[in-house]
Amino acid sequence: MSTETKKETRESWKTPTVMGSLAAVVLVFFGILGKPETVSFELTGVRETVQLPNIDVASNILGIASGILLLAMAGFAALQVARNVRSSIWLSVVFGAIALVALLGWLAGGAVVPVAFILGSALVLAVPIILGAMAGVMSERVGVVNIAIEGQLLTGAFMASVVSTLTGNQIIGIISAMITAALFSAVLAVFAIRFLAQQIIVGVVLNVLAIGITNFLYQQWVTEDESATNSPGTLPIIHIPFLGDIPIIGPVLFQNRITVWLAIAIVIVLWFVLFKTKLGLRARAVGENPLAADTVGINVGRTRFWWVTLGGLLAGLGGAALTIGSSGSFGREMSGGLGFIALAVVILGRWHPGYATAAALLFGFSIILRIWANQVSPGIPTNFITMVPYIVTIIAVVGFVGRSRPPAADGIPYVKG
Amino acid sequence: MTKSVNKEPIDWNAALKEILSGGVTRTVVSVILGFAVGAFFMIISNREFLQSLGYFFADPLSSLRAAGDVVGAGYGALIQGSIYNPNAATFEGAIRPFTETLRLAGPLIAAGLGIGLGFRVGLFNIGGTGQLVSGLIWATFVATRMELPPVIHFVVAIVAAIVGAALVGAFVGFLKARTGANEVITTIMLNYIIVSFFNFLLTDNALLQGETAGGYTKSDPAFETARLPYLLGESYALNLGFVLAIAAVVVYWWLMERSTIGFRLRAVGFSPSAAKTAGINVERTFVLALGLSAAFVGIAAANQALSSTGGVTPTSHAGIGFDAITVALLGGSSASGVLLAGLLFGAFKAGSSAIQIVGISPDVLGIVQGSIVLFIAAPPLIRAIFRLPPPQTTSMLSALKSKLFSRGGK
Repeated sequence: MSTETKKETRESWKTPTVMGSLAAVVLVFFGILGKPETVSFELTGVRETVQLPNIDVASNILGIASGILLLAMAGFAALQVARNVRSSIWLSVVFGAIALVALLGWLAGGAVVPVAFILGSALVLAVPIILGAMAGVMSERVGVVNIAIEGQLLTGAFMASVVSTLTGNQIIGIISAMITAALFSAVLAVFAIRFLAQQIIVGVVLNVLAIGITNFLYQQWVTEDESATNSPGTLPIIHIPFLGDIPIIGPVLFQNRITVWLAIAIVIVLWFVLFKTKLGLRARAVGENPLAADTVGINVGRTRFWWVTLGGLLAGLGGAALTIGSSGSFGREMSGGLGFIALAVVILGRWHPGYATAAALLFGFSIILRIWANQVSPGIPTNFITMVPYIVTIIAVVGFVGRSRPPAADGIPYVKG
Repeated sequence: MTKSVNKEPIDWNAALKEILSGGVTRTVVSVILGFAVGAFFMIISNREFLQSLGYFFADPLSSLRAAGDVVGAGYGALIQGSIYNPNAATFEGAIRPFTETLRLAGPLIAAGLGIGLGFRVGLFNIGGTGQLVSGLIWATFVATRMELPPVIHFVVAIVAAIVGAALVGAFVGFLKARTGANEVITTIMLNYIIVSFFNFLLTDNALLQGETAGGYTKSDPAFETARLPYLLGESYALNLGFVLAIAAVVVYWWLMERSTIGFRLRAVGFSPSAAKTAGINVERTFVLALGLSAAFVGIAAANQALSSTGGVTPTSHAGIGFDAITVALLGGSSASGVLLAGLLFGAFKAGSSAIQIVGISPDVLGIVQGSIVLFIAAPPLIRAIFRLPPPQTTSMLSALKSKLFSRGGK
């Protein structure tokens, strides 16, 4: 059973194998068995200033072409393994993107694919996941496992909606959402650092508490008069002049709510701080080897406390993006497992802000795909499309990530000795 | 100081300290604190109380009375709904709430044991929901699509539920052993996948959707022969499911504390590398542990699939997969602990409609549930609040025990 696992030094054949099988699926099902109908990829919407022509292609031709391209990439990955070179994670990302295009083409046989709409919605839907994942990255990088992202998103969503409505000011709503989620996170930090509690347990319990408290307040108090407590409206969509008019990129990136831009900025800043500054180096040291960090004079407890607590700010913003950044009001347990998806995204993205964001975008994409596919081809059971991102995640964890290595001291309390 | 404990005169102070520092005291204190937090939320959301705050300084007593009233009403309703209803016309009606508690506790206990088994091996099985639903699928197939003689039918259905759940757990274990895939991710993902698959099965007449379901995602009711028999006659909903849960407790205790398998599991949980050195196949133990963990969850699935007279729906899993995590945590993953924790949370479920009737959202019980486990998770916090002594390592308690119970221990 463990013959393969012994050879740790050799690159694993799992990645090329998984890639090869996926490529075969695309080639056979989307290509050879695909429908010959035309798919048109609509690059620009009707109301946009710059117009680009639609790209029309036969569904099965697209399937065959992308299948061959994917096979070539799998072959390249196999070559890398044979040479014992570690293949880049970007190969997997590009591979995934091409596979998704093929999936779109297969689903939309005889219909139009609104590219900008799908990409833009994917980004908006991914924002809570991205921000939740950044909270997870911040706390796990300093060695505190954060299962409580779900609860932080939920409290953030609740506070953003209720406080915005009560004060009539959405900015105050966002700020209070962030602060509440940060306080929530601080509870995790204090229990983990000061009381040396089992972090996974505290995380699970905080989720139970967040669900319990928001449900209770919602039913006992908010539902009595929703218009006075729970109708904050949504943040305005800002259209940046000129940049917003660029085809595809404009509608996707530069016609958005402020929550989307904040999320993108946060990912970049967090990446920079984590990997390019002394502050980030110290934080990572605390997560990898707290004893060594302590020896060189870093205060392990304080570092952990602040990173975990400030991570809560981000998750709170993610929660705000759920209510005033998208749906416009709070609903019972509206985070609906997004926090757990964020948790998976952290691990899938190897505790790296950029890769985690790529994984979060995959989930955002899959949510919009499910909604949209239901409209264009009602014949396909939506239950199966719902499964796609989860199956992809398992395949990714099994094939691409495998023994992903968390920060060495993740989950382990540090006792100064 | 002396070598032999039994000759030492009993130091009552030390024994008391040991009791106070022990796990039982901590648990009891945590439960009380949890109820206090719940009371706090009932009070601050109560309209009479908030109004009385306006003239608090003129009439502080009325605030206190309002607070006392709402807490009394809330927890009174909880007791009435879960243990004994003194207002019922008949004795049968008065004890019905308690039988409801037992009925609802059954699946929580069984699933709690499953999650607890994972904890003992150092595995975090978040996949209770998916495993339970997989069990539901198998059991529903046997119960609605196969015709078998009485008794044999529900036995086969129970086995199907257990196997259906266990296969999912073993699959997660296999992925972990083979590729190192983190079980937290794979179980979360499988939850979504299996629930979607279940929804799909329930939308097709040729699969599991019921003949009479119309457009709804619902199965046929289980055949009469496949239903778990009632324990106290038809007038109580309590059925064999509770007996299964108790049997599961006994099996779990034997498995974990007495069997060689349990030794292997605990050894891996204590230190995988040490277990490996000692010649235990850690990978195979992961598969076994997650399979067994899910098998216990499967008992809960059997209960959910074979109890209802109306057929299963996508929500028949009733959130038990997640509640089981708190049950296992509160029960410290031990057989007796999980039994008691399951009974407590079963009582919460039984009492929730009674609480709703007195105008308090039953979600307050979720807050109580979470608070209890939060306090349990942090022994130093409880000790700090109540100034309990730190863990004692004197053997006064065992000396006391051997005095009190003359047969003593070993």
